[in-house]
Amino acid sequence: MALRFEVLGRFNRARAARLTLPHFTCQTPLFMPVGTQGTIKGLTTDQLETIGCQIILGNTYHLELRPGSQLIDDLGGLHKFMNWKRALLTDSGGFQMVSLLHLADITEEGVTFQSPVDGKPMLLTPEESINIQNNIGADIIMALDDVVKTTITGPRIEEAMYRTLRWIDRCIAAHKKPDVQNLFGIVQGGLDPVLRDICVRGLVERNLPGYAIGGLAGGEDKDSFWRVVAQCTAGLPEDKPRYVMGVGYPLDIVVCSALGADMYDCVYPTRTARFGSALVPEGVLKLKQNAMATDERPIDPSCPCMVCKNYTRAYLHCLVTKDPMGSQLLSYHNLSFMARLSRDLHMSILEGRFPEYVVSFDINLPDYSVKLCAVK
Amino acid sequence: MRFAVTKVCASGAKARAGLLQIGSSGVETPALLLSTRKGLPAFMSPDLLSSLPLPDSLLLNVCPTHFIEVPPSKTISNIGGLHRMLGLPDHILVAAAGESTECLPSSDATNKFGASFETPAGRKLVKPSDYMELISCLQPNLWASLADEVPAWVNEKRNKTSVERTLRWLDACIALDAASGRNSLGVVVGGSSIEQRKLCATEVSKRNVSGFWIGGFGLGESVEERCSLLNAVTDCLPLEKPRIVSRLGLPEEVLEGVASGIDLFDSTYIYQLTMGGFALIFPIDMVEREMQNGVFDSSAGDSAKINLRATTYRKDMSRIVDGCTCFTCQNHTRAYLNHLINVHEMLAQILLEIHNTHHYLRFFRSIREAIKAGEFDIFWKQFVENRRSQIAAAAIRE
Repeated sequence: MALRFEVLGRFNRARAARLTLPHFTCQTPLFMPVGTQGTIKGLTTDQLETIGCQIILGNTYHLELRPGSQLIDDLGGLHKFMNWKRALLTDSGGFQMVSLLHLADITEEGVTFQSPVDGKPMLLTPEESINIQNNIGADIIMALDDVVKTTITGPRIEEAMYRTLRWIDRCIAAHKKPDVQNLFGIVQGGLDPVLRDICVRGLVERNLPGYAIGGLAGGEDKDSFWRVVAQCTAGLPEDKPRYVMGVGYPLDIVVCSALGADMYDCVYPTRTARFGSALVPEGVLKLKQNAMATDERPIDPSCPCMVCKNYTRAYLHCLVTKDPMGSQLLSYHNLSFMARLSRDLHMSILEGRFPEYVVSFDINLPDYSVKLCAVK
Repeated sequence: MRFAVTKVCASGAKARAGLLQIGSSGVETPALLLSTRKGLPAFMSPDLLSSLPLPDSLLLNVCPTHFIEVPPSKTISNIGGLHRMLGLPDHILVAAAGESTECLPSSDATNKFGASFETPAGRKLVKPSDYMELISCLQPNLWASLADEVPAWVNEKRNKTSVERTLRWLDACIALDAASGRNSLGVVVGGSSIEQRKLCATEVSKRNVSGFWIGGFGLGESVEERCSLLNAVTDCLPLEKPRIVSRLGLPEEVLEGVASGIDLFDSTYIYQLTMGGFALIFPIDMVEREMQNGVFDSSAGDSAKINLRATTYRKDMSRIVDGCTCFTCQNHTRAYLNHLINVHEMLAQILLEIHNTHHYLRFFRSIREAIKAGEFDIFWKQFVENRRSQIAAAAIRE
């Protein structure tokens, strides 16, 4: 184990904690932006530090493709390669394959897929995934899991859950650097509470440094989503971090934090920026709309970021989707928004004012989230 | 705006050092205007821009035609003009109607009513009244008048017309200007005709302008004729007002321009280098040149620049330029840039624009040092000779 997780404050199930990783000491709850190819699109590492990002993601599949994990290792690891001094997390590569590639087929051995370079059949095994992640050198690495969409029903879900448990043992065996890299297991089981329960128990038995809740954020309805999160957080150990993968929308992060989760990742804030949408307390501001052309206000008057301090909606309207600077400025703002959200969650739990924060967060909270925040 | 020539080269040479003062900012010349897109550099946001050398990096070229559709003039005025809108209150913003990447003069479509430009929003005809409306709400520090720039291959008649129109539009712009031309730069055109160039320059000099914007170069004239055309123009311009030339951006072109008496250069050279994945590495001063001799590997680029896309840089952990103090060289390696370029990540252009701008601003600084030390001729000669010998050595090695 190469991390320390200390809960500093609570409100019901929500926790504010200190997560000490080899490269950085973080405050949770926290949001992790996704830097797919060893960079967050359009932002420098300096800017990311100024914004307050604590952990960023790298995608194993993309990095192995280019520039290659062996090259990254030869040059001293991803931290050194991209000059990011804080924490890194890599995913297993499995999800990308299933979502991006033709003929991705899952067998007991691993994920077979068609190489995007020459079309040859290739195989990603749990051992190979961990090997690649060892080369990349992130603070947190993810086990290769058998992930199925929550919209699928039938015996496939059960098969995937049990295979995930068998694969975690192979991942643990293959992991060469447990003293500097933390291997997180991923809970699968679809929307079935029985399967989820088996998976949680199985992973907890392996005594891993941290746990992720996977297989969600893929189109299931909100009620099913939060029920699964609630069930998993109830069963996972108190003294270890919980990471809900692929989340997401600010509201979902608030709700999951109320249910006892600590870490989140999603491409949403940066991707939506490139499409011209800014995150604001009221939801989303679409800067491409014609009304924005004459709007002299900043994106968010309450936001202290460089973009909101200097630019009007009218000027940003000219830039977005047309000039790279538009993507940069909006990504900068959106990640500032997410970093502030993380800080606010941490501080409001710590300072005993979490319910007030949740209510002030969005006056249009759907019913279920208000109820959830009172869940004990 | 105040401009003063502070040093002139001896023995009939025309190169000069100067000081341009606008508001509380003073910039030494010869200097570079950084090119922008809708007022901001293509890739450097203001926090990154501020890491570049000062006061050199305060000078920006802005193209008003980028704002021809949005935002509406009233909104721009309400916001408080360009400086407020761009979040660059201390910068020196110099406006000119056409530029080389997104607002190309379209001389076929230009007519007696206005100048035509190809823009991403289609072809736009800009009349002097449209142009001055933009200028009045943008409020740049300096603005060039609306001109009819034509390429070198047009016939005599068309060329003559362009001079007549440019002068007419200059007068129209000054008449429409609330400050009667106090911050204006008269545009000099005339294509490849020495006669027309002289005529235009002489006429523009008679108007109440603060300086001169020499246009119509970089549009098809040959390198040989450019030198004589440029000198013909500057010979007809008063010494005490600043001269800006546009579209001459290569190091050799800059040196030629300086030798002809040019004070400021507007070019998209850095942008083009950046988009191509090139990083400038040429040695800046005579000491650096000595150090680089014989140590250069030309397999990916030439002695002025390297193409970081090349596989030779995949594992190169060195900086673009050893000892360069720009953000990129202080923080990143050639290997990382090679990766970013090859996976088409925006950060590649951001980091390259920072380095290339930094490097080129240092080049301009060394030109100024050479002029002030009375050594511009030697500097120029050695620079060109060094480049020739590098290229020759590289050719022999191939």
